[in-house]
Amino acid sequence: MLKHLFAKEEDIPQGSAGIFFAISSICWFIIGTGLGSFNAAKLGFPDFFHGSYALQFGHMRQVHVHAVIFGWIAMAFAASMMYITPALGNTKLWSEKLGIWNCLLYNVGLCLALALLWSGITSGREYSDHIWPIDLYIAFVMVVPWSLNVWMTILNRRTQGIYTTNWFFAASMFMLIIVFLIGNMPEFLHLTGLNEAYMTWWFAHNVLGLLITPVAAAITYYIVPKVTGNPLYSHRVGHLHFWSIVVFYSTPAAHHLMSSPLPEWLKSFASVEGVLILVPAVAYVCNILLTMQGRWTMFVENIEIKFTITGVLLAIPLNMQGGFQQTRAINWYIHGTGWIVAHAHLALLGFSTFAEAAAVYYGLQVLLRRKLWSASLANFHFWMLLIGFSLYWISMTIAGLIQGAAKIYEVPYVDVVIAEHPYMIVRWLGGTMVFFGNIIWLFNMVMTARAGDPVPVGRQPAEVAYTR
Amino acid sequence: MAFREYRIGCVMFGVALSLSMFITIILPGIDISSMSSTKIALEKQLTYGWETGFNYYDPFLQGKDKPIKVTLTKDPKTGAAIDKMNAYVFPPGTHFPDGLTHDNILGGNVQVLSMSLGEINSASEEQGGVFTVDESEDGTPYIEYATITRGWTVDATLKAADHQSLAGSGKTMFVREGCWWCHTLLPEQTQDWQTFGRPPMVGDFNGESPTTFGSDRKAPDLLHVGSRNSSREWLTMHFFNPRLVQPHSIMPRYDYLWGKTDADGKTIDLAAWDVHYLAYAKGDEVYPPIVPTPAPDSEARMLIDFILNLK
Repeated sequence: MLKHLFAKEEDIPQGSAGIFFAISSICWFIIGTGLGSFNAAKLGFPDFFHGSYALQFGHMRQVHVHAVIFGWIAMAFAASMMYITPALGNTKLWSEKLGIWNCLLYNVGLCLALALLWSGITSGREYSDHIWPIDLYIAFVMVVPWSLNVWMTILNRRTQGIYTTNWFFAASMFMLIIVFLIGNMPEFLHLTGLNEAYMTWWFAHNVLGLLITPVAAAITYYIVPKVTGNPLYSHRVGHLHFWSIVVFYSTPAAHHLMSSPLPEWLKSFASVEGVLILVPAVAYVCNILLTMQGRWTMFVENIEIKFTITGVLLAIPLNMQGGFQQTRAINWYIHGTGWIVAHAHLALLGFSTFAEAAAVYYGLQVLLRRKLWSASLANFHFWMLLIGFSLYWISMTIAGLIQGAAKIYEVPYVDVVIAEHPYMIVRWLGGTMVFFGNIIWLFNMVMTARAGDPVPVGRQPAEVAYTR
Repeated sequence: MAFREYRIGCVMFGVALSLSMFITIILPGIDISSMSSTKIALEKQLTYGWETGFNYYDPFLQGKDKPIKVTLTKDPKTGAAIDKMNAYVFPPGTHFPDGLTHDNILGGNVQVLSMSLGEINSASEEQGGVFTVDESEDGTPYIEYATITRGWTVDATLKAADHQSLAGSGKTMFVREGCWWCHTLLPEQTQDWQTFGRPPMVGDFNGESPTTFGSDRKAPDLLHVGSRNSSREWLTMHFFNPRLVQPHSIMPRYDYLWGKTDADGKTIDLAAWDVHYLAYAKGDEVYPPIVPTPAPDSEARMLIDFILNLK
C-alpha cells in the first residue's frame, strides 16, 4: 500500500484504499478484543499481571473501547464505504490516493491516541476520553478526508438515483462530524458542571446512534440484496428507517443520565424519544428479513449472509432492550450494572460487528477478485464469534440482574462481587473466544490475498464459493 | 444532486437535525445554566481548581495547578482561636475555577454576594490567595476572598493550617488512574440513598470539570465515602493492596502510586513486599507485610486525600 502513497492517482489500482482499510480493521479488531479479554481476566482475577502501571485495569479499559470503536468498527465502515459507495454509483472512488493517505494517517493517529489514553492522559469523559488535540486530529485528519471521499463519490455517481445505503453513508458521515465537534465542546470551550456531564452523554449517545447503528444497517442494505440477488423489499420502508433515525435517534441522549439531577422535562422527553427508537428498528429489521424471502438457504450456505442476518437478528433483542431499558422504571433497576455492559456489547459486538464482518469478508473477496482461501475457517470464525459473544452477553446480563437486585435490596457491595465471580470468568472465556476467532480470520484473509482462487470476471464470490 | 427530491431531502435533513440539536442542546443548556451554585458546588470548585482532565497546565495529569484545602482552628493573621473551618489556598499562578473568572457560573444571588461581600473580583491568578465559603443570613452560600476580607496570605494560611488536604490533586489521580470506570459518584434512586447517602442536587456541579459521574458500577458508589469510612490507615492499606482489608475485592493494587520512597525516605521494594504477601496469603506467615506510609508528596497521598474529602 505504501508504494502508492506518492503514485499518480490513475496508477493506483481501484480498491486499494478499501483493502488497506479492511486489513487494518481486522488487525485492530484483534488488538481490541485482545485488550478486552485481558481486561476481563483482571475482573475475574485482580492480581493477574499486577504490578505494572501500564497493565492496570483503569488504564486499559478505555484503550479496549477506543481500539474497538475507532479501530475495528470505524475502519471496517471506512473499508465498506470505499468499495460500496462507488459500486452503488457505478463509478470509481473519488480518490484512491486520498483514501490510502487517510488510512495511513488514521492508523498513525489511532496509535498515538491510544498510547496517550493508555498512559492516563485523558479528558476524563467517557467515550470522549481523547484529549482535545487528538479530537481535532480525529475530526479533521481521520474523518473529514474519509467523508470527502464518500460525498464526492456520490456526487460523481453515474446513476440517476442514490440507493438507500448511500443515503445512510453520506448522512452518517455528516452527522459524525457535527456530533464529534459539538460533543467535544466541553473540552474546546471548557464547559463545566451539568452541561459538561450532559454533553458527554449527548456525544456518547449520538456517536453510537448516528454513526454505528445507521452505517451498520446501511451495510446490510447492500450486502443482502447484492449477495442474494433479491431486490430490497421496500424502498419506502427504507425511507421510514432513514428519517426516523435522524429524528428519533438524535434526541434521547439524556436517558443515559436518568439518575442525575438533569431537568425532569429533559429526562421525560428523552425517555419517550428513546422508546420511539423502535420505529426505525422495526422498519429496518422487517425490511431486511423480508428481502431474504425465498433465499433463506443462503443463511446456512453463504458466509456473508450468515454474518449479516445473524447481525440483523441480534438487532431485535438489541432494540427491544434499547427501547425499554431507558424508561424510568427499568432504568431504575439496571442502570450502571453489567446489563448495560451486555447491551453495549450486543450493539457493538453483536449487531454491528456481524454486519461489518460480512462487509469485510465480501469486500476483500470482491476487491482482490479472489474467493476465500478457506470457507471452513470462515465458518469457524463465525461460530467462535457467535458462541463467544453469546457467552459474554448471557453472563453479563445475569451479572447485571444480580447487581440490580443487590442495588435495590441493599446488599453489601462485596457480596455482589462474590456472586458475580463465576460470570466474570465466563465473560472472560467468551471474550477470549472472540479474540482467537479473529486471529484465525486475519490468517484466512491474508491467505485469501496470497493464495485464494481467482473469482472469474463477471461472477460473484458467492456463486463460486463451492466450486473447486 | 440532479434530482429535485435530493434538494428537498437535504433541506429536510438540515431542518430535522437542527431542530433536534435545538431541543437537546440549546434548551437544556439554557435550563442548566440558569441554576445557582449550591454550597457544595462552591466547595468543589475551590477544592478541585480549574480543570481536572487533560489541560495545558497539567498535560501529564500529575496533579499540578491545584489548590490546597486546609483546616484552620486559628486565625492565620492574628493567631486567635476560631471555630474549625476550611480554607482553600491558591498558591500564586494556580488557575482559578470558572466560578471565580466567569460571571455566569455561580448564578443569581451567589454571584452577587460573592462579589459584594466576598470581593472575589479583586482576586487574580498571578497573586493567588486564600478563599473560604460562607453563608449569608438567608442561607445563600458565597465565596469569600479571605486574602482581602480577612488579610489571610497564602504563606500564613499554610503555616497556620492544622491539616492540608491535596484533594484537588487527588481528583487528578482519580481521573488518570481510571477509578471512575468502576466507582460512580452518583448514588441512584434506590436504597443507595440510604446506604450511600444523599443524591447530588442540580446546583452541585457548577464549575466542575470533568464531573466523572461514572456509568459502569463494578464497585460501590463513592460520592459520600468519606462519611462512611474516614480511616486514613484503612484507605492506605486498601490502595496498596485491596485484598489486605477485603479478601474478595477485585480492585487493582495501586502500590505504584507510592513512588520510590515512603514517608520515612526508605526505598519501597514492591517485589520483596509481594514475596511476603504471597506467603501470608498462603498461610505461611501470620501477619501481612507492613504497608509503607505514603510520602507527603506522593500520588497515593493525593488520592487518599481526595477520597477522604468525599463527605
